[in-house]
Amino acid sequence: MSDKGIGASSKRREDVRFLSGNGKYTDDINVRGQKYVYFLRSDLAHGKINGIDTGEAASMPGVTGIFTGEDFAEVGGLPCGWQVTDRFGEAMKEPAHPVLAQGKVRHVGDPIAAVVADSLEQARDAAEAINVDMEELPAVIDMKSAVAGGTLVHDELETNLCYDWGFVEENKEAVDEAIKNAHHVTTLELVNNRLIPNAMEPRVAIGDYDASNDESTLYTTSQNPHVIRLLMGAFVLQIPEHKLRVVAPDVGGGFGSKIFHYAEEAFCTLAARKLRVPVKWTASRSEAFISDAHGRDHVTKIELALDGNGMFQAIRTDTYANMGAYLSTFSTSVPTWLHGTLMAGNYKTPLIYVNVKAVFTNTVPVDAYRGAGRPEATFQLERVIDKAARELGMDPIEIRRKNFIQKDEFPYATPVALEYDTGDYVATMDKLQEIADLDGFEARASESRKKGLLRGLGINCYIEACGIAPSNLVGMLGARAGLYESATVRVNATGSITVMTGCHSHGQGHETTFPQVIADMIGISEDQVHIQHGDTSNTPMGMGTYGSRSIAVGGAAMVRATEKIIAKAKKIAAHLMEASAEDIELKDGSFSVVGTDKSVGWGDVCLTAYVPHNYPLDQLEPGLEETAFYDPANFTFPAGAYACEVEVDPETGKVDICSFAATDDFGNVINPMVVDGQVHGGIAQGVGQALREHAVYNEDGQLVSGTYMDYSMPRADDLPSFVVDHSCQTPCTHNPLGVKGCGEAGAIGSPPAVVNAVLDALNKGGYNVSHIDMPLSPSRVWSAING
Amino acid sequence: MYDFALQRPQSLNEAIEALSAEGAEVLAGGQTLIPTLKNRLASPDVLVSIGGISELQGVSETDGTVSIKAGTTHGVVAATVESYPALASLAGNIGDPAVRNRGTIGGSLANNDPSACYPAAALASNASITTNKRTISASDFFMGLFETSLDEGELITQVDFPVPDAANYQKFDQPASRFALVGVFVAKYGNDVRVAVTGASEDGVFRWSEAESALASNFSSSAIDGLEVDSEGMIEDIHGSKSYRANLVKVMTKRAVAAC
Repeated sequence: MSDKGIGASSKRREDVRFLSGNGKYTDDINVRGQKYVYFLRSDLAHGKINGIDTGEAASMPGVTGIFTGEDFAEVGGLPCGWQVTDRFGEAMKEPAHPVLAQGKVRHVGDPIAAVVADSLEQARDAAEAINVDMEELPAVIDMKSAVAGGTLVHDELETNLCYDWGFVEENKEAVDEAIKNAHHVTTLELVNNRLIPNAMEPRVAIGDYDASNDESTLYTTSQNPHVIRLLMGAFVLQIPEHKLRVVAPDVGGGFGSKIFHYAEEAFCTLAARKLRVPVKWTASRSEAFISDAHGRDHVTKIELALDGNGMFQAIRTDTYANMGAYLSTFSTSVPTWLHGTLMAGNYKTPLIYVNVKAVFTNTVPVDAYRGAGRPEATFQLERVIDKAARELGMDPIEIRRKNFIQKDEFPYATPVALEYDTGDYVATMDKLQEIADLDGFEARASESRKKGLLRGLGINCYIEACGIAPSNLVGMLGARAGLYESATVRVNATGSITVMTGCHSHGQGHETTFPQVIADMIGISEDQVHIQHGDTSNTPMGMGTYGSRSIAVGGAAMVRATEKIIAKAKKIAAHLMEASAEDIELKDGSFSVVGTDKSVGWGDVCLTAYVPHNYPLDQLEPGLEETAFYDPANFTFPAGAYACEVEVDPETGKVDICSFAATDDFGNVINPMVVDGQVHGGIAQGVGQALREHAVYNEDGQLVSGTYMDYSMPRADDLPSFVVDHSCQTPCTHNPLGVKGCGEAGAIGSPPAVVNAVLDALNKGGYNVSHIDMPLSPSRVWSAING
Repeated sequence: MYDFALQRPQSLNEAIEALSAEGAEVLAGGQTLIPTLKNRLASPDVLVSIGGISELQGVSETDGTVSIKAGTTHGVVAATVESYPALASLAGNIGDPAVRNRGTIGGSLANNDPSACYPAAALASNASITTNKRTISASDFFMGLFETSLDEGELITQVDFPVPDAANYQKFDQPASRFALVGVFVAKYGNDVRVAVTGASEDGVFRWSEAESALASNFSSSAIDGLEVDSEGMIEDIHGSKSYRANLVKVMTKRAVAAC
């Protein structure tokens, strides 16, 4: 392991400002003269708006303006970024998604009106004086009932079914046949529980308008400011890019929820133009619960067909995926292309068919949340494999090993359209057995029994697909965006470097890890490199950060731009040393002529580029700045094996996680410490999903778990110290760094490990329980034990 | 929150007088009231903060009694009470450090949240709750969900806990809030055993009399084995059914006895 550059555990430089309270978040920005907006949100899940009387509210102290849906009739709705085509070749149903409700409200939290006032309290006072004449309609909550007919979320669509997607449709008959004739079929029905993202920083938007230049600025908590500028500017407000700047400064966590373009962003931008004052909105935590896009919420039936030797023959899955009331930006891609394509997992299953019915309900929109589709695929696959092993009396590790794609079979084309470039699933499983001390399990179980506790071991594997690409492929699949990334590498006159990236760091540590790559390539110190991100006015157009794409796609763009820099710098060095550029070598920040003792330093070359007194001006432009756009040839495929040990208290149903071990193959690793942290955070979130978190709606569409009094987040003392390892590395074959992406793995791999462990504990303890739906709360586990 | 006037009296008498005004409400540690105000679910004209009244602060331990002034925080009780460890331990496991450094025993008892910890300790210990007007036995104090026998404008000033021969509090956390999903406080005074249960009942804290009788003749966890808790009247929510709570009452009682 190196002590600097690629492979070094460099300390996170951004933490100095974060830990000392000097981070600059959107809410820290205050624009001179700003007003505050309060959104009057629906407390009904479904209702017809007969009229809105704002008369009294408008005359209240401090009120600058009140807006309702009618005021936004002329602007576009919030767009969906991915068009899915159904089994029958028809486009998905795509309802309008107004900035403020028009005619109907469709979920608790749907904004009905917005009040702009001198203070937030005044805005809220006035909002309480708005008289909304609302007729309550029956709420559509349960997905299967929603599809069966009855009340419609969107009357004009004439159905609550957004699409009925089959993948790969041509495989359907063969899969049906294989399952019908199989030696053994294991069937599992399960729920992937709805989650609320709960980033530590709630969303914030500030709209500002400079009438003298007709320029709008939006400060927002976003993972991808360029995407917001494009979506909001082109589709909602019709403001061209050169008149619209989007700034996403320090962002306190996203987990997907800050990818999407939200109504509040469009509102603040437009209200600032209409009122000619800056308009600021800061979500309360309660608002975040009912306005941030939720995650997961699938109801699935999976069938796994096996032969007499435990070899997988076919997989068939049927999933109902909740879209909520409207289509959030990337909602439609999550249960389809990010889910169906992952159903092969780490295994050689020859036949797979995935059906997904996406359903509108009167709930908050659902969209990508850490892992986005891949956790849902992994959970059902790894759960059904565990159930099959139990039914067939096989060891859960053995059944997986038997079916692994072998190291010499890569590149491997799955029956669900992906081509895995590299992997070594045997190596990660071997490593897992070692670091998790699986041989010592029986002794530990015996100790647990003495305390009256049931100990269980959960094992599973996962594969994920990061850095979704290439653009031409995703375009064919329905994406309404490209999925490249960009970087401008600006070498300053004295040799320091500013990198402007289209990626965005909201916890990932780009300010530390990206400089490691450049420092390694050039041979200069990491602190000579500064990363600039989050402002459309000073970064090249890029697609932002999600899907574990930053280093694999954005890092690759930065490498390409740096390669251009080095090529030009070599020409300048060659000129200075009167040699040929082909003979110049760059090592440790110094250019030398191969086979001679002649050399010139990095700083001298950079200075020459900007003070070109002795410079080949007839052949080269002065300056040293390059931009690259990188569009990957394929996804990357991180994979791993996880082990979780739990103790279950049979008297109360309480589950304690005793240990958790993760082996991940992320390809090459830039900063092992940062990668450890990413995996730790991912596992914590996955444990949260498995044991605690649950967004619960009652039949009236009220969010029952609408505060932290009822929505259970994992706390530090709920978790053990994790053992993580990423020494098994099969580098990605198609990006210049050989990296794969590590941001979501922990959240994908951990829920099945936890649930498998609990079921192992119960079954070894003599309780014949085949499945418990997440979250495995004490009461659910106790109920399962007690029938 | 809505606008209100804030008063900070320095003595009990000033506080009582301030509270007699129309629309006045008392603010103790604020761990329930402040979130209620922030959600605009209460709109007092005047908040009378009693946090600055020194005569409402402090713990004293004499002659088998722990006396806690009403404004004493959970953190202080946890750190200073020596002769009644089960009580100190209960206080030390309420909420988190931020809650324990603000929340007070008087506030908790007066609020009588059905999932709060202190009512179980007070009822199991048959504590004496002294107000500016009278002394009320804990057995007569708790009147149901968020209801007590306190009159309008009546303030708790002190709570006296007789120290038992043995006691233990077992709290099973509600996973999200870490309030008691079920909490059982067992206290033994000679041959008299009191078992108080919080978190479980739709009527708030209650005594499990069958368990008390069984334990009075045989103070061991096996004495509970043959008992069943009626699930009728138990709270049911997303964290547990009536029968789950009934089960927890029994399990936590056994564990409390075993730990005594």
